[in-house]
Amino acid sequence: MSFATQLKNLDRELARFHGRLKVGAAFVALLATALLARGFYLQVVQHDHYIQRAESNRISRVPAAPSRGLILDRNDRILAENYSAYTLELTRAKTDDLEATLAMVGTLIEISPGQLRRFRRLLSESHEFETVPLKSKLTDEEVAIIAANRYRLPGAEVKARLFRNYQAGPGMAHVLGFVGRINDRDLKQLRDDGREQNYKGSAHIGKTGLERSYESLLHGRTGFDQMETDASGRAVRMLSRIAPVPGKDLRLHLDAELQAVAEQAFGDYLGGLVALDPNTGGVLALVSRPGFDPNLFVDGIDPETWKALNESPDRPMVNRALRGVYPPGSTIKPLMALAGLELGLRKPSDSINDPGFYSLPNSSHQFRDWKRGGHGVVDLRRSISQSCDVYYYQLAVDMGIDRMHDYLAQFGLGEKTGIDLDGESSGLLPSRDWKKRRWNKPWYPGETVIAGIGQGYHLTTPLQLAVAAAMLANGGTRIEPRLVQAVRDPLAHAWQPQPGGGRVKVAIAPDHLAVVREGMMDVMRPGGTAARSAAGAPYAIAGKTGTAQVVGIKQGARYEASQLAREHRDHALFIAYAPTENPTIVVAVMVENGGSGSGTAAPIARAVFDYYLTGKRPGGLKLEMERDAD
Amino acid sequence: MTRTSHWIVRRLSHLDGMLLILVLLLLGVSLAVVASASGQSPARISGHLINMGLALGVMVVMANVPPHLLSRVGPPLFVAGVVLLIGVALFGEVRNGSRRWLNLGFMAFQPSELLKLALPLTLAWYFQRNEAVLRARHFLVGGVLLLVPFLLILRQPDLGTALMLGASGFYLLFFAGLPWKVIFGGGVLGAASLPVVWSLMHDYQQRRVLTLLDPMSDPLGAGYHIIQSTIAIGSGGLFGKGWMQGTQSQLDFIPERTTDFVFAVFGEEFGYVGAILLIGLYLAIVARGLVIAARAPTLFGRLMAATLSLNLFTYAFVNMGMVSGLLPVVGVPLPLMSYGGTALITLLLGMGILMSVATHRQLNKS
Repeated sequence: MSFATQLKNLDRELARFHGRLKVGAAFVALLATALLARGFYLQVVQHDHYIQRAESNRISRVPAAPSRGLILDRNDRILAENYSAYTLELTRAKTDDLEATLAMVGTLIEISPGQLRRFRRLLSESHEFETVPLKSKLTDEEVAIIAANRYRLPGAEVKARLFRNYQAGPGMAHVLGFVGRINDRDLKQLRDDGREQNYKGSAHIGKTGLERSYESLLHGRTGFDQMETDASGRAVRMLSRIAPVPGKDLRLHLDAELQAVAEQAFGDYLGGLVALDPNTGGVLALVSRPGFDPNLFVDGIDPETWKALNESPDRPMVNRALRGVYPPGSTIKPLMALAGLELGLRKPSDSINDPGFYSLPNSSHQFRDWKRGGHGVVDLRRSISQSCDVYYYQLAVDMGIDRMHDYLAQFGLGEKTGIDLDGESSGLLPSRDWKKRRWNKPWYPGETVIAGIGQGYHLTTPLQLAVAAAMLANGGTRIEPRLVQAVRDPLAHAWQPQPGGGRVKVAIAPDHLAVVREGMMDVMRPGGTAARSAAGAPYAIAGKTGTAQVVGIKQGARYEASQLAREHRDHALFIAYAPTENPTIVVAVMVENGGSGSGTAAPIARAVFDYYLTGKRPGGLKLEMERDAD
Repeated sequence: MTRTSHWIVRRLSHLDGMLLILVLLLLGVSLAVVASASGQSPARISGHLINMGLALGVMVVMANVPPHLLSRVGPPLFVAGVVLLIGVALFGEVRNGSRRWLNLGFMAFQPSELLKLALPLTLAWYFQRNEAVLRARHFLVGGVLLLVPFLLILRQPDLGTALMLGASGFYLLFFAGLPWKVIFGGGVLGAASLPVVWSLMHDYQQRRVLTLLDPMSDPLGAGYHIIQSTIAIGSGGLFGKGWMQGTQSQLDFIPERTTDFVFAVFGEEFGYVGAILLIGLYLAIVARGLVIAARAPTLFGRLMAATLSLNLFTYAFVNMGMVSGLLPVVGVPLPLMSYGGTALITLLLGMGILMSVATHRQLNKS
């Protein structure tokens, strides 16, 4: 190869290299164009989209739960309040091994078997990402122990939470009800009502009682904090805040001390009591015995305690004042007497001779009077004060079941009273129509006879009896009972009176009403069935006793309380109001298996009247409740 | 002038002024971005400065090594590198499911790093040796020299590094004059073999590709990096959110934000205008490198200068493409921008070679 060709070769090589450099440059330009195009797409075309995503990355809306309204009695004693406490909570999704974390927690602080059971139940009802409380009300020491061992407890965290506390004790449980953790059913309800957003920060919701019926007032409005958070979800700073609006405080008509007096008067008996202001319909006391500790439910009840409560033969979870239905027995007699007068079937002076039994024409069946041998000559007043059965057997037959139904319905029997609590029973006011619809059977004349003394198909709640008695006391105005008398915005401090319940005036001739009232006053006077319970009272009481049969007594057999097991004894009933000239309180009492109204029910009412009208406190009454300072 | 200062001036005279300015500009930007991304961590910033000092020193040294000396270092380095790669295959340490590391007792070492420079050096040396008699068989030998380390790294497995190494070898063959018909033929063959390659790929590699095509398919796992970095870049807009003002960067949403994902921080804080300027800086370095290549007196110098220039831009492209969701996530740092000593030293070593080629103009005898 000559030198010249070599040089020529080199020239050609160099020219080719320069060509390749240009291709290389073009390639680089192509890559750069691709990058610039991608940048243009992301940073110019899609900029709005990505800025929004960056913002939603950065900003999180943290709900701020409002504090729940307080519930105070008429004298501003605190019945339900809030306190904040530390709880240990676990999130399943954040644990590597839930059992290992639980075991580790167990070695650090004491976890009771009940807490563990409750935790497992709550866990089974919640989603993977929900935090579930394991132990609440941690001591400062426990908080410190958990904090120091956090790295060993993945998924566990200590949180400050607001809790509900019911310091009024088991006696108030049936009035206040309780709050509990929001479960799937509550959540679905909230979603259906469009209230879900407002519960974003809330763990609890009213489940029963006032807590449930006044939920919308008590809960308040949830606020939201706009927080800047980093990738791990840690809040860096607050950007803006919509403050939560605290729930409204409730002031009740109810007097916690009166309630306690009534409770105590029951002694060991079970039953229910309702005390109303006959003029306003305000509920002064509402007792159902036995009560239960509502605090058990606030943070989830453990399954065994729940089972024990639910399966107890005493049925502490049933609100007897509201849901317990019993035959009204003789307490219906003043209403029957009024019906007889108003319908023109009886005059006050009309008398019968009571031989101790009543038989329908052409029948040999004897409907017996409670008093063997009968009451002799009985007029209307005496029929009430002596509680003469035969008088009312006859009146009922003269009236017929349909007129009886229509008249008594005006007093609210067989119908919900409309109290501001959920779960009320409507009882049962029988009629020919009802029997046809319900049982598809004709009405028998004998059924009318026993309906006249409040037996048979009749069923009433203590609350219904209290409303009916209030109508006798106030001259015929049917009132809707109300527990809450006023509402307060805790920020505004001023109490706003709540509107009272509906009022329906039933026209009653004054002289007719006066006779019936006289009869009820005679009940409490010497010779009346409950005279003993009025002895020594500095005010006049009008009342009516009653008994409701638990077991049927065979024809010809005698009811002998002492020979029956306690659970088969009759329920004792009593309705009354006082003072008679200007009644300010009406009471309906039902004592389960109390035997006779005069023996067990009337003394309870007397204790309530004494406290309410004279301020007399029975010995041993202890009431430890703070008063609201505001 | 004293002897010492005279010596220093002679050493510094081998630096290429324009390249030096461009490199220092990029390093300045890098310092600012790493400072922001690390939350002004003094340890990160001083570490970065120390790395820069070391790497700049290496660059000055390399600029003073004449190309003909440099070309002799290639083959022994290459042989050592391949032997070490075989060693890795036999005794290497497994980390994250692949065998890449060689434990030397006092440090863990990736032999594939060594090949990044040794392969182009060796190929350039080989073509320089056979410059006068270049035939098809020389390209065949060159291809074999490329394939040996490529396949060894591929089966570690380290797809990213293997491809980057393959690219640098290919550039060299290309500038040496690899015939177009071979390039196109290889391209067609490569495209046809894609399904086969796919089936040979490891699960995690397949997943990476799939995640790229649809990052939302795994938003909390593999797709998280890409999603967050694209959000960062996109939310930067035209002018960016401002230095140290990027919410994605400052609130920890961008992972690896001082190293592989530093471009996401840059894009968020300096916007599209900043990105254009940054890419412009890279293009300027490439342009300068290609000019040096065009003027280089020897084939070795031409091939090294052209390959190193294209290689630098390829790294930049792959990194920015990955961070902006254009390419799969392969662990490649952004040249001269990412925090990290080894990469910086290797890169400035390359810059030193470029400068050496630029300033040693006399024909050396081969």
